[in-house]
Amino acid sequence: MSGASRALGRRRFLAAMAGSIALPAVFPRRVLAQATIENPIAPLDQLDPLVWVVTKGAPVRKGRVQLELPQLAENGNSVPMKVSVDSPMTAKEHVRGIHLFSERNPVRNMASFYLGPRAGRAEVVSRVRLAGSQHVVAIAELSDGSFWAGSAAVVVTLSACLDES
Amino acid sequence: MTARVQMPRAAKRGEVIEVRILIQHAMETGYRHDEVGHAIKRNVINAFSCRYNGVEVFRADLSSGIAANPYLQFYTVAEASGAFEFTWIDDEGKQEIERQPIVVSA
Repeated sequence: MSGASRALGRRRFLAAMAGSIALPAVFPRRVLAQATIENPIAPLDQLDPLVWVVTKGAPVRKGRVQLELPQLAENGNSVPMKVSVDSPMTAKEHVRGIHLFSERNPVRNMASFYLGPRAGRAEVVSRVRLAGSQHVVAIAELSDGSFWAGSAAVVVTLSACLDES
Repeated sequence: MTARVQMPRAAKRGEVIEVRILIQHAMETGYRHDEVGHAIKRNVINAFSCRYNGVEVFRADLSSGIAANPYLQFYTVAEASGAFEFTWIDDEGKQEIERQPIVVSA
């Protein structure tokens, strides 16, 4: 009697173990597949803590943001950058902020610009530093709470100095 | 004078005006060393704001990812005559202010 119930207990235990091993083996693959299908802010990750600070987990869609950088920059110490967002800039519908992220810079959150309906035009021009060839991603936050992204790839011949120069 | 502001002196009400500012600042990244090998401390302008008659119309958080002598170009709608006030502060806590008047006609 006691031997049979012990065997049953072991069987149940083994079945439970098999289940717990099989489940995580299936789940991460599915999650990964979803993430690789459409990532509007590639090569960044929407789960990137720097991005999360801006979006608080809200989905980012591709489009409406034009990030203009030269395809080839000879000197990474000063690269002209222009970012504009397709928005009427009215009190009802405007851009709240534009956030610039770098793929390879040591400080990856390069800059954040905060605009409002009084800007009249959602465009900011500046000059950035780039530590090597990389993608730069701009994420815009609109007044309706949606997030849009645009990116640009730059080849940098002489990267911005990280050490002696 | 550590900054140069370029914007129209006069504008019509409702007109979108372009504001350009060039600030003289090394934007030291903190990754460089001097001749004797000591690390040069990071010192960048980390915050910039533009107020138009006391109302903030543009603000930016900057980092070492912005080139030395930072240049910023942005837009705002001319609403009333008055003054633009640009303020920025660096990592050492040095704050600077630049003002520019504007005349707005109806």
